[in-house]
Amino acid sequence: MGDAKSIETIEAEIVDEFSLFDSWEDKYEYIIDMGKKLPPLSTEFKKDENKIKGCQSTVWMHSDIKNGKVYYEADSDAMIVKGLVSLLIRVFSGQPPEAVINAPVKFIDDIGMTSHLAQTRSSGLRAMIKQMKLDALAWKTKVSPQ
Amino acid sequence: MPLTTAIGYDVYALRKQFPILQRELKGNPLVYFDNAATSQKPKVVIDALVHYYSHYNANIHRGIHTLAEEATAAYEATRETVRKFIGASSVEEVIFTRGTTESINLVSNTWGRANIKAGDEIIISTLEHHSNIVPWQMLAEEKGAVLKVVPITDEGEFIFEAFEKLLSDKTKLVSVVHASNALGIINPVKEIITAAHKAGAVVMVDGAQSTVHLDIDVQDLDCDFFAFSSHKLYGPTGTGALYGKKALLEAMPPFHGGGEMIKEVSFEKTTYNDLPYKFEAGTPNIADTIAMKYAIDFINSIGKENIRMHEDELLSYATESLKAIDGLHVKGDVQHKVSVVSFVIDGIHPQDIGILLDNQGIAVRTGTHCTMPLMQCLNVTGTTRASFAMYNTKEEIDLLVKGIHKVKKMMA
Repeated sequence: MGDAKSIETIEAEIVDEFSLFDSWEDKYEYIIDMGKKLPPLSTEFKKDENKIKGCQSTVWMHSDIKNGKVYYEADSDAMIVKGLVSLLIRVFSGQPPEAVINAPVKFIDDIGMTSHLAQTRSSGLRAMIKQMKLDALAWKTKVSPQ
Repeated sequence: MPLTTAIGYDVYALRKQFPILQRELKGNPLVYFDNAATSQKPKVVIDALVHYYSHYNANIHRGIHTLAEEATAAYEATRETVRKFIGASSVEEVIFTRGTTESINLVSNTWGRANIKAGDEIIISTLEHHSNIVPWQMLAEEKGAVLKVVPITDEGEFIFEAFEKLLSDKTKLVSVVHASNALGIINPVKEIITAAHKAGAVVMVDGAQSTVHLDIDVQDLDCDFFAFSSHKLYGPTGTGALYGKKALLEAMPPFHGGGEMIKEVSFEKTTYNDLPYKFEAGTPNIADTIAMKYAIDFINSIGKENIRMHEDELLSYATESLKAIDGLHVKGDVQHKVSVVSFVIDGIHPQDIGILLDNQGIAVRTGTHCTMPLMQCLNVTGTTRASFAMYNTKEEIDLLVKGIHKVKKMMA
């Protein structure tokens, strides 16, 4: 997860990895595994202000800025969402705020996970992406006040 | 090979009448276990909709042309069918609404606003769907009334003694669910109604889940209001009914103002139409309401008793099969239930279960089932719910069990 890699490069790597799976089981087992491997969110950040509430599952997220790059940590009570969140962190963490704000986040479509962004899922994933971008915007404004 | 003890009940033949059940989902045959959310529609219902729009689409009650007469006759035929289906004494007591939610809101907005005062008490139960909580909360807030909630046992059963203790001369209304959508538990509504009436309260029954499974006789129950939705009984969405005792309906102010609900209008004063039209402002959902009759006729042609025997067998088979799975716990595992089984699995979030079952072609409902207070009371964030209909089979339940084993393996 080198800082030098751009969002596009990381997204392409993920799409590449997923192209190796030929069954839905393999794909989901990989996502579940990603979820399990996501470093735990420090308990101090697992509070209501950091909650991104979906209808069925909850995501907690915290962000910080270091040397002009935004870093995210997160957790979820549902494992598949947590796995997808882990992919989002892999893509966005360590990027300049500007890049996060402007990223189209196409890889979720490309790995066949579009349904998780659908309204019916209410998984909080859509809200998660929005919040990651809002945080990036907040850090950008804070770092370089107009 | 007929599978139930009900004589002549051939579930495989029955399935052929539901076009959607022939569908495949991600390479698997569709297993539809979300019937408590909405049931699938038989071909006769779908055909009735197409036939209406192809042959006699017209606005009802006003036109004098043939199409209007045909449409009006079909629409009113549904009212008579509903009357018989729920045992109302007259068609004037059957108000068409968009469904259970609108029926409850109609009562809270009309009877409620006219009769509830500051300090009055409204009793509901912990098992209620949000649709039978929020309208009363809104009314209580507006009027300064108090909402009281009947507690449940650890298994989810209505505690009758606690209910009796809540009843007093302050109680103006009791509104309870007949069968819980989240757990399937059947409430002792007849006893609830008798006790509430003794205290001088009016009783509303939310029949959204019960009407498709149980024999409904509003006169025998002696409830004051009863609500149900067409789409949960194999009929179209967007229609349903409110039953109300005639004397209550007559005394109630109208709900919506507009066409159909009026007798005469001048800018000074409007006089309202007679029952049931007083509560049916505007052009109603004609097509879906006409097709609801076909759904009810379909149920009647098979026989509720036969359907119930089949569904009860599915329910006990599913309950036993699911309970045999290590780490799986059935919530609301009591004797008197409609065919709903709600469960949790240790260490696995319901959403993950739902997603991984969907990938195997199995449609279940996961989450809080619009009963957040009940979920809090049961101390779970949500459950996975499989709910069965007349067309489900034991083989499908076997697929569910197999599917859950796969979920567990994938999550391990």
